[in-house]
Amino acid sequence: MDVEILSRIQFGLTIAFHYIYPPLSIGLGLLLVIFEGLYLKTKNKEYERLTRFWIKIFALTFGIGVATGIVMEFEFGTNWATFSRYVGDVFGSALAAEGLFAFALESGFLGILLFGWNRVKPTMHFISTIGVFFGSMFSAIWIVVANSWMQTPDGYHIVGEGMQARAEITDFWAMVFNPSSVDRILHVWLGAFLAGAFLVMSVHAYYIVKNKHVEISKIGFKYALIVAVAVSLLQLYTGHRSAEIVAHHQPAKLAALEGHYDESAPGDLYLFGWVNQKTQKVYGVSIPGGLSFLIHYDFNTPVKGLNAFPEDERPTAVNAVLQFYHLMVAIGLLLIALTLYAGFLWYRKKLWDKKWLLWIFVFAVFLPQLANQFGWFAAEMGRQPWVVYGLLKTSDALSAVVTANQVLFSLIMFSLIYTLLFFLFIYLLNKKIKAGPYSYDTIEHRPTQQDISKIVSNKE
Amino acid sequence: MATFLGIDYPTWWFLVVGAVFSGYAILDGFDLGAGALHLFFKKDESRRIALNAVGPVWDGNEVWLIIGGGTLFAGFPILYATLFSAMYIPFMLFLLAIIFRAVSIEFRSKEPMKWWRNTWDIGYSVSSILIAFLLGVVLGNVLQGMPIDSNFEFEGSWLMFLNPYALLVGITTVLLMTVHGAIYLCLKTEGKLFEKVEKLLLRAIIGFVVFFILVSIYSLAYIPHLSDDFRSNIWLYAVPVIAILSIANIPRLATKRRFKMAFVFSALTFSVLLVLVAIELYPALLLSTSDPANTLTVYNAVASDKSLGIMLLFVAIGVPLVLSYTIIIYKTFWGKVKMDETSY
Ligand code: HDD
Ligand code: HEM
Ligand code: HEM
Repeated sequence: MDVEILSRIQFGLTIAFHYIYPPLSIGLGLLLVIFEGLYLKTKNKEYERLTRFWIKIFALTFGIGVATGIVMEFEFGTNWATFSRYVGDVFGSALAAEGLFAFALESGFLGILLFGWNRVKPTMHFISTIGVFFGSMFSAIWIVVANSWMQTPDGYHIVGEGMQARAEITDFWAMVFNPSSVDRILHVWLGAFLAGAFLVMSVHAYYIVKNKHVEISKIGFKYALIVAVAVSLLQLYTGHRSAEIVAHHQPAKLAALEGHYDESAPGDLYLFGWVNQKTQKVYGVSIPGGLSFLIHYDFNTPVKGLNAFPEDERPTAVNAVLQFYHLMVAIGLLLIALTLYAGFLWYRKKLWDKKWLLWIFVFAVFLPQLANQFGWFAAEMGRQPWVVYGLLKTSDALSAVVTANQVLFSLIMFSLIYTLLFFLFIYLLNKKIKAGPYSYDTIEHRPTQQDISKIVSNKE
Repeated sequence: MATFLGIDYPTWWFLVVGAVFSGYAILDGFDLGAGALHLFFKKDESRRIALNAVGPVWDGNEVWLIIGGGTLFAGFPILYATLFSAMYIPFMLFLLAIIFRAVSIEFRSKEPMKWWRNTWDIGYSVSSILIAFLLGVVLGNVLQGMPIDSNFEFEGSWLMFLNPYALLVGITTVLLMTVHGAIYLCLKTEGKLFEKVEKLLLRAIIGFVVFFILVSIYSLAYIPHLSDDFRSNIWLYAVPVIAILSIANIPRLATKRRFKMAFVFSALTFSVLLVLVAIELYPALLLSTSDPANTLTVYNAVASDKSLGIMLLFVAIGVPLVLSYTIIIYKTFWGKVKMDETSY
């Protein structure tokens, strides 16, 4: 295999793995702010328990998020040196802002969030929780700005030629507010909130069906459900906005999302479909003209199809792009149905008896995770063959000096270590869930300073 | 070219990158150093205390590495691209160690079994040493320069990073961080554990001094470009003199058990040594050993003035913020390690 394929596999693998954790950290952060805020307001111990319990799980997702994130930052230079030279001037400032304004905030306050419970006043602890949550939201802003600039570049000009060509910033705010960034940030944030809320619901639903920690779990579930109902509805809207942006700025991607080949014909909207890339036909169930309607509010307006683009300027993996996109949308609709139904039952005070529905929630934790992954795969594969849309091709973005064997080595290394990491994550998560929200009640029995000094001075 | 206070933007950014990396060396330096010493402690309780001494702060310290990477990418994208792709394998090993270290810290306390804890203790210590070592190796290579062609691409073999000078600098870095970490642990521990750390500190100091002398001799004898600047400007000799005085102060203060001051001086040693590096290199960032015309400098590897201007503004706003929370956090966890149910 050549360097390009290997580097793409490695980048895809490492970012997809990284992206298991940030949504959980961001989403749990929101719920921690809610639980701890309620605790400060009401002084009810149950909220404190919920906060402390979820902090423990948060610590786990955060830790792995950080470790795998550093990999991403270095990989631009190691594997995509030409890309880094090309975009550094524009893209770098977003990454630098992320480090200074976001990561420093979150990692700084993380220490107090995790270890400061007995050392700082409750309000200071709450401020730290908010600091960590905001930090993670900010980091999402900057990294998505960087990525959105790659999707819809703006506020730059190109200087130099050939190997020396690179993009230079001309207007910082135009770069930050490039056409797709605001909508995509909102979409990514909401996706993260869903991931966090569904994890909380999953664990608490599990306790309830197992008849453990029932009362506290009802509280936890309720607040996560409120978040999930609101967010899943909003997600439909931000998703639609993203699609409009794609239609205006990345027509080749839009065509791929729906497998639309005809140069100029009304576009159909598929509920599900399978693309035969040879015959350029899609088999499935569709609303004829639906795509035209969504974009132009008219069923008959033509939409540019893939054949309107030169062969080497349109995505090749059309079927995969279509599948990822449709799975995301399907999951989005499913989440709306699921949360609205549960909300309705809760309102009628019947939710807790519906064991089967709670079981669905136990497993529904995977749905937003999958939608998040599928969304990125659709967005990134739909952008191919460009790495910076219309400017730089992925095949030209590689590191010239890195050999296939080196990448193979690192790819194998990451595969092994990430497999290990994933199993450890599951194992520890399971352990924390088994221990339950009352396991941190032994605060009064913690070792005192004297105990420790005694142990220490015993014998080293 | 835009200037501020008479200094041009690329030079300002060079100073920013230098300051961030020296902040990183000082902060992560002590927790990496504490990690390097970890296996010398035998009892589980001692290891827990040593780990919890860095527990609440190591992650915040590592952020300086991330900011460092970001400032390098943002300000000197060409250097970032050339250096990182040239040193592919060392950087991949570095990432491996970074992940392993985070995981070991996180997982060690999760199970009581002896084999479990031993495994993660080894993971923690070995990865701490490896990180410090690889940082030194990269620094050593940057100091020496490497073959770079006219497209600013590396043109050597991938194994070139392993050369005697880089290895020496690598070991010296590990030892300096160990000294720094040991002083930190002295501030954080009591009783028998404290006495043990104190003994280790003295040995680490001796080791560091020996290797520091070796590196200095090697640099003077074999890498002449590292001392040109000094020959042309006598005043610059002040910097190595300060470095040596600062190093000499560490054992003096440590033997008097004035660890706070000793810590200040080990921190100062990092900064002064990095200032020395900066003087030796500037305005070059990465010397091309194949053709000096291809050397990456702060002027040809740099981002546009526009971009630098924006980022200098970010730094001006961001750094006071970062420093203020760093201070809050260190104050919160000041003093000897106290364990509670939130500890590792
Ligand atoms: C939607 C948000 C999002 C996306 C698309 C990414 N990340 Fe991320 N990243 C985060 C959201 C995040 C976070 C929420 O801030 C993390 C994850 C969990 C965490 O603890 O912090 C984080 C951690 C994290 C860290 C460690 C920071 C720290 O110490 O707190 C680095 C260096 C990166 N990421 C870098 C990247 C790069 C280079 C990416 C793209 C290629 C990337 N992340 C995609
Ligand atoms: C976190 C969510 C993300 C996921 C799951 C994701 C996924 C992917 C995938 C699967 C590819 C490979 C596409 C292909 O080769 O067909 C890719 C490519 C790429 N992505 Fe992303 N991406 C994410 C975020 C980002 C961000 C935030 C950036 C930049 C700031 C980015 C930069 C790139 C680059 C440079 C490539 C080119 C390499 C390649 O084509 O393989 N990605 N991404
Ligand atoms: C409900 C219907 C949904 C629609 C119509 C929709 C639409 C879209 C579109 C068009 C894109 C591509 C944007 C681009 O390429 O720039 C996208 C990307 C994405 N979607 Fe969705 N989406 C929906 C639901 C969801 C859900 C439920 C989640 C997660 C829980 C999700 C997570 C993502 C992510 C992470 C991305 C990649 C980031 C981005 O490009 O914004 N989506 N979505």
